[in-house]
Amino acid sequence: MELTVGPNLFFWKAEDLRAFYKALEAAPVARVAVGEVVCSKRMPFWEAEIPNIVAGLRAAGKEVALSTLGLVTLGRERNKTHDLFDLGLPVEINDISALKHLPENTPFWVGPLVNVYNEGTLGYLARRGATRICLPPELPLASIATLAKAGKDAGVKVEVWGHGRLPLAISARCYHARLHDRAKDNCQFICGEDLDGREVDTLDGQAFLSVNGVQTLSAATGCAAYHTEALKDAGVDSLRLSPQTGDFVGLCAGYADRIAGNITAEALVAQLLPEAPGGRFADGFFAGPSGSDWSHPVPAGA
Amino acid sequence: MMELVCPAGTPAALRAAVEAGAHAVYCGFADETNARNFPGLNFSPEELVPAVAGAHKRGAKVLVALNTFPRAGGEKLWHQRLADAEAAGADAVILADIGLLDYAATHHPKLRRHLSVQAAAANPDAINFYAETFDVKRVVLPRVLTVQEIAAINKEIDVETEAFVFGGLCVMAEGRCALSSYATGLSPNMNGVCSPASHVVYAEEGPDLAAKLGGFTIHRTPKDRPAPYPTLCKGCFTSGSQTGHVFEDPVSLDARHLIPALAKAGVTALKIEGRQRSRAYVAEVVRAFRAATDALAEGRDLPLAELARLTEGQSATAGAYAKTWR
Amino acid sequence: MSDHDQIPRLPKLMGRAMRPLPLAPLSVTLTLLARRIAKRHPGLFQRLGQYREARFLLEATDLPFLLLLDLRGGKVKLTAHRRAPEAEARIAGPIAGFLGMMHGAYDGDALFFSRDLIVEGDTSAVVALRNAIDDAELDLAAELAELAGPLKPFVQPAVNLAEKGSGMVLHRVDTLAGGWT
Repeated sequence: MELTVGPNLFFWKAEDLRAFYKALEAAPVARVAVGEVVCSKRMPFWEAEIPNIVAGLRAAGKEVALSTLGLVTLGRERNKTHDLFDLGLPVEINDISALKHLPENTPFWVGPLVNVYNEGTLGYLARRGATRICLPPELPLASIATLAKAGKDAGVKVEVWGHGRLPLAISARCYHARLHDRAKDNCQFICGEDLDGREVDTLDGQAFLSVNGVQTLSAATGCAAYHTEALKDAGVDSLRLSPQTGDFVGLCAGYADRIAGNITAEALVAQLLPEAPGGRFADGFFAGPSGSDWSHPVPAGA
Repeated sequence: MMELVCPAGTPAALRAAVEAGAHAVYCGFADETNARNFPGLNFSPEELVPAVAGAHKRGAKVLVALNTFPRAGGEKLWHQRLADAEAAGADAVILADIGLLDYAATHHPKLRRHLSVQAAAANPDAINFYAETFDVKRVVLPRVLTVQEIAAINKEIDVETEAFVFGGLCVMAEGRCALSSYATGLSPNMNGVCSPASHVVYAEEGPDLAAKLGGFTIHRTPKDRPAPYPTLCKGCFTSGSQTGHVFEDPVSLDARHLIPALAKAGVTALKIEGRQRSRAYVAEVVRAFRAATDALAEGRDLPLAELARLTEGQSATAGAYAKTWR
Repeated sequence: MSDHDQIPRLPKLMGRAMRPLPLAPLSVTLTLLARRIAKRHPGLFQRLGQYREARFLLEATDLPFLLLLDLRGGKVKLTAHRRAPEAEARIAGPIAGFLGMMHGAYDGDALFFSRDLIVEGDTSAVVALRNAIDDAELDLAAELAELAGPLKPFVQPAVNLAEKGSGMVLHRVDTLAGGWT
C-alpha cells in the first residue's frame, strides 16, 4: 500500500504553499495531487506557484496530478477545468462535469468528491480511462473491499481517505462569508484566517464540524491508523493524506512506518494526535456506527 | 404549459396529488433505492402497478425515483427496481448514479431517464455529459443555481430542465453530502435518509427542549416554542464568538413568485418536494401550484396565497434562486 | 386546512364529563373498533413494517384517560388507562390533532414541527404509524356507522352534531373520485 497526498483544501498563502510542497519533496509518498478544489476565487492568489510545485515534486520522483474544482458552476470555472487537460499531466477530477472536457484516450484520476459507490460506476469510469479512484470517505470497509477487488479486475488503483479532516459536503454558499455577515462576492478571503478550517460546535460545546469556505468538513480529524491492515488486506492500493498545518512530512513518515509494520497504530496515534486539527480523531466511517466515532480510546497521556 | 411534478409518498398521496391537478407525480419503492426511504413510506412493486394505471387514466405521468447510489456488492436490488418500474409502466425513472444510468441505458433503453437532483449536475458540461452519455432526457436542477444561471444553462443544453419550487431545501450540493452519515451512520446517498428519525431524540433540559441527532444537539428551543425537526444543516451551532444557523435557517423553499422567471429561463417542469408529507398537505400544495401554472398559461396574474404555515419552521425563502443567498 | 395554530381543544366540561367513564368496557369497545379498522385496512399493518408489533401510547391531553395502541403478537388492542403503561413511543396532543391527522385534515409533519403533537421514544415508529394511517384513508364516521349495525342511520347525524359541538374532525375530509383503489 502506497501513500498519496491530496490537494490542500484550505486557503494558505502562496509562500506557505511553496514551503509546504518544497518540504513534501522529501516525504515518503508516491504521489501528490495539486490544485484548488474548494473555491475558484482563491486561484489567482496561488496558481502561479503550481508549475514550480509540480516540477519540484516530479524531480523528487513523485507522480503528480492536477486537481479540478469540486463544484463547477461559473463560466470561468468551466474554462479552468477545460484548460487543465492541456497541460500534459494527469488530471484528478472532483466534479463530473470535467468528463465533458476529457480528451479521448486520456488517463485520469478520480478524487474523493466524485460519487463512486459501486462496481457499475467504477467500471464505467475505468472504461473512460480512470486509472486511480479515491473513494468517498463515507464508504464502509465492506464496500471498500468490494470496490478494491473491482478495481483490480478493471485495472484501476483504488485509494481510501487515510488522514485529515473528512470532506463532508460542498455548497454554493460560503459559510465563512456567512459567519462574517458578508456576501460571497465580498468575502474578503476570510477563510484564509483558518488554516485548518473554522470549527463549528454544537450548542452544548461539542466539537462537530468545520467550515472551509463553501466546504464543510468534520471537526475531528479522520485517521486510518487502526485500519491500515484491514485496508491492505482488502486490496486498497493507497491511502490519501490530506494537507494540514504542523509537521506534515512527519505525518507522512508516520503513515509510511505504519504501513511497513514498523510502528503500531497506538504509536502513530500518539505521534499525530497533538497536532490533529480538532484535537480528536474519527474513523467511524470504516466500521461504524457513525462517521464521527473513534474506534479506540485516546491513549493515556496524550 | 409548465409541467407540475408532485410528490407521492404513498398510494393515497399519489391519488390525492393527481386529483389535485398534478401533471406528473414522482414516487419510490419502499427500500434504500430512493432518497426518501422513511418508515411507512413508499410503494411496493405491486402497489405501483395500479397507481401508474390510475394516474395514466387521468392523464398524469408517474416518475419513479431510484436516486440513491447502489451499494457495492448490492447493485442487483437497484437493477431489479428498474425492471419493476418499467413493468409497472412508469413514464420515466429518476437516477443519480453513473453506474445505474449506464445499466439502465444498456438494459432498459426504452425507459425514459431523468437525472436526479442527487447527481448535482450544476453546469452545462455536466448536463451535456449525462445527456450524451446516457441519453438522459431531463435534468432536475440542483438547488444551488440562480434563475440567471438556469437561463444560461438552458441556452447551452438540449434536454429538459426541472426546478424545485416548494418544500424542503438542501443547502449543500445534493448527493454530495455526508453530514448525516457523519452524525448517524445513515446517509442520503447510501441509505436514502437524511437526519433519520431513528436517531432523533427530543430531551427536555431545564426550560429548553433539545433536539438531538446521533448525540449531537442540533436545536435548543424554549419548551413552548415550535421545535424544528433536527435536520443537520438547519441546526443552530456555535463558531468562535458567534451562535446561530451557520449553514441555513430552518426555512423551506417557496419560489412561487419566480414561476414566470423560471418559465422564461426555459424550465420545462416545476417540482414540489415532500414525499414524506401527508396526502392532505400534498393536495393543498398541488392545488395552489396548479392554479399558478394555469394562471401563467392563460396570461393571468399568479394567485400567490400564503402557504407559509405549511412550511417547516413557519418561514420560507427563495433559496439560491436569488444570488444574495450565497 | 392545516391551520394547526387553532387546533380545537375539547371543551373542559366534555373532558370532565368523561372522567367517570368506566375504562374496562370502553377498552372493549375501542379494541373492537380498532380490530374492525385493522381488518378493513390490512395494508396499514404491512406499511408499519418492522413496527407492526410496537406499542404506541396516545396521550390526548384533553381526555381524562390515556390510550394504548398495542400491536404485539399480531393482535390489535386499543385500551384506556388512567396511568401511562409501557410503550415504545408516546404521542401527546389534543384529541382533535390525532383525529384531524387521521382524517387528512392536518399534516402530521406540520403538527410535529409545531409541537402540537409531541413525540417521545421511538420516533421512527411514530413516523411509520403516521404514514401508514395517512395511506389507509381512514374515516372514523364510516367505521362507527359500520359498527353500529342496525343503528347505522343514526350515526351520521350524531357525528355531525359531535363535530359541530367540539370543532373536531370525525370524518375523512378529502374525497376521491371512484375507481381509484
